Amino acid sequence: MPSREVPDREVPNRALPIREVAGTDGAADVGTAEPPSDRSSSGWPLLASELAVLFRRRRTWAMMLALAAVPVLMAIAVRASSAVPPGRGPAFLDRITQNGLFVGVTAMLVCVPLFLPLTVGVVAGDTIAGEAGLGTLRYLLVAPAGRVRLLLVKYAGAAGFCIVAPLVVALAGAGIGAALFPVGPVTLLSGDVITPEEAVVRLVLVAAYLTVSLLGLSAVGLFLSTLTDVPVGAMAATIVISVVSQVLGELPQLEWLHPWLFSHYWFGFADLLRQPIAWDAFGDNALLQAGYIAVFGALAYGRFVTKDILS
Amino acid sequence: MTAAGRGTELAIETRGLSKRFGHQLAVDGVNLSVPSGSVFGFLGPNGSGKTTTIRMLLGLAGATEGSVSVLGLEMPDRFHEVLPRVGALVEGPAFYPFLSGAANLRRLDAADPYAATSTRRARVEAALERVGLSHAAGKKVRAYSLGMKQRLGIANALLSPRELLVLDEPTNGLDPQGTREVRSLVRSLAADGATVFVSSHLLAEVEQICTHAAVMSAGRLVAQGTLPELRDAGKARIRLVTPDAGLAEGVFARLGMTPVGGRSNGALVYSASVGEAGVPAGTAARAAPGGHADGAAPPDGAEPAGGDVVPEAVVAALVAAGVRVRGFAVEQGSLEDRFVALTGEGFDIAQ
Repeated sequence: MPSREVPDREVPNRALPIREVAGTDGAADVGTAEPPSDRSSSGWPLLASELAVLFRRRRTWAMMLALAAVPVLMAIAVRASSAVPPGRGPAFLDRITQNGLFVGVTAMLVCVPLFLPLTVGVVAGDTIAGEAGLGTLRYLLVAPAGRVRLLLVKYAGAAGFCIVAPLVVALAGAGIGAALFPVGPVTLLSGDVITPEEAVVRLVLVAAYLTVSLLGLSAVGLFLSTLTDVPVGAMAATIVISVVSQVLGELPQLEWLHPWLFSHYWFGFADLLRQPIAWDAFGDNALLQAGYIAVFGALAYGRFVTKDILS
Repeated sequence: MTAAGRGTELAIETRGLSKRFGHQLAVDGVNLSVPSGSVFGFLGPNGSGKTTTIRMLLGLAGATEGSVSVLGLEMPDRFHEVLPRVGALVEGPAFYPFLSGAANLRRLDAADPYAATSTRRARVEAALERVGLSHAAGKKVRAYSLGMKQRLGIANALLSPRELLVLDEPTNGLDPQGTREVRSLVRSLAADGATVFVSSHLLAEVEQICTHAAVMSAGRLVAQGTLPELRDAGKARIRLVTPDAGLAEGVFARLGMTPVGGRSNGALVYSASVGEAGVPAGTAARAAPGGHADGAAPPDGAEPAGGDVVPEAVVAALVAAGVRVRGFAVEQGSLEDRFVALTGEGFDIAQ
C-alpha cells in the first residue's frame, strides 16, 4: 500500500493536480459564502452518465439479447418447419415465408403482452430502488444531484430503454427475416403494396408506437421504485401491475374501466400498417400514456422529495 | 449565528435538532457547533444517533424538529449551494459493483451539477492517487476489498476542493497502514484550511487527529468542546509508590492535592493541577451529569491556593520530608475515562 502517496501534515502536497485543476488553494475556499452557481451545468452530464451505466450493464444486454432472441427463434422455427397453416399462431406468422420483413412485426406483436413489459419493469423498477439498494442513492444526492433532477434523469433513462427495446425486436426481426426469407414489396393490411424500404420505416413506426405504450408503465415503475429500497420488489410489482392491467382489459364486465388502463392501446398499432396511416390510435395512446406519466410522475415526486434516505 | 465574522464562523451549527422514527427519538435536541477550520471528532456508541445526525446535516433525512446550518447556510433548503462545497462519506462506501473504481467516481462526479466536465478525468485520477488507488482504478469495484472500497469512498469525497469534509467512520475496514494514511490525509486537509468532521467510535483515532470533539449518547449530545477541555487536562494525577504512605499523605495535603480513590495496589493516587503538562486546564461544555471522569472533586480547603504544582517540586518535597519514593508517575486524564463516564461502561470501545 503506497503510504508515501498520502501527503504528510507538515508538507501538504501542493503538487497534487487536484488543486491545480480547480485553480484555487483549498485554504482560499474557506469562508467563501458565495454559492458556486456560476459553474452550474444542466442535467445532461448526469443523463449521459445514467444512459452509459444503464447500457453498459450486463443485465441490460442480457435483456436486449433475450428480446432479440424472440424473432430469431421464431424465424428459425418457421424456416425449419415446412409450412405454417394460415390462421394459426400469432398474426402475420403465415406471411413470414413470403416476406422476411414480417418477422419484425410478428415478433413485436408476440413481445407486447409479456416480454417488453417484463424488461421495462426491470429497468423502471430499478431506477430509484436500485440506487437505494446499492447505497449509491445517498452519494448521488450528496453530490448533489438534486432530487427532482435525479428523478427526471432516472425517468429519462427508463424512457431511453423503452425506445431501444422495441427497436431491438424490430431490427433483429427484420435482419433475421431478410437472412432466411425472401424480401420484397410488402402488402399492407389495406391491400396497398409498399417497397421494402418503406416497410422498414413502418417497422420503426410500430417500434415507436410501442415505446409510447411503455412510457406509462415506466412512470408506474418509477413511482413504485421510490417506495422501497429493494429493487426486486419494485420490479416485480411493476410487472405484476402490467399483467393485472391486461387481465382487467380482458374482462367484459369492466368495460367502463378499459379506456383508462395503460395497456388499452397496446395492440393498436395495426393502423400504422395501412395506407394512408391512421394516426388516431397513436394519438389516443399518447394522450393516455401522458396522463399516466403526469399522475405517477407527480406521485413519485411527492414521495421522493420528502423521503428520508436511510439506505 | 451570523456568518459575518470569519474567525467565529461555524462550519456546522444545529439548533435543537431532533429526529423521531415512530416512537423512538433517534436524535434528541442536539446543539452542535463545529468551528470553521477544526478537525471535529463526533463520538458515540453504535446507535447513539451519529449517522442519523450526519444524514440530517447533509439533507438526506429531514429533521423532526430544530434546524441545521452548514457553511453558514440553512440546510436542506439551500443544499444546491452547500453540498458542492462538502465532501462526504456516509455510513460506509457504496458503489456500482459492475463499474470500475474510476468509472464510479466519474459517475458520482457527473451528479454534481457544479463539477466541470472538462476536468473530470483529471480530478478522478488525482483523487484516486491521493488515496493510493491508482493501480486499481480500472478494476471493477466488485473485486475491491473493504479497505479499497473505503479508500474509494474517501476519494469520492475529495473529487473537488471542499470546504467541509464529513467522514463517517473513515477508517472502518482499513488495515493499520491505511488508518495511518487516513490520519495524515485528514491532517493535510485541515492544513489546507478545510473543516473536517469525523465520526468515529475509535477513541485513539480521535485523540490523535482531532482538535475538537463532541460525544453523543442515546440520541443526546452529552459533551462538546476542544479536546483538552474534554479530556479534563487540568486533572492530571500523580501515582506514587512508597512504603511511607502516612508521611506522603501529609506532604500532598500541604501541597493542596486531593486523593483519588486512595490506595490502589500499594500506590497512592493523587489528583492535582499539574504544571508543565503542556495543556491548560479548561472546562468542557457539559450537557449532562457525570462530568468528572475520576470523581476527584476536591474537598474543602484542599485546593491549591493558586497556580500549578510542578511534578519535580512534588518529588523534592516528598524526598525532603523523608518519604522513600519508589515509583512516581504523572498520568493525564484520558479521553477514554471521560468517554466511559459520559456514555456508560457498556460502550463498545474497540481500540
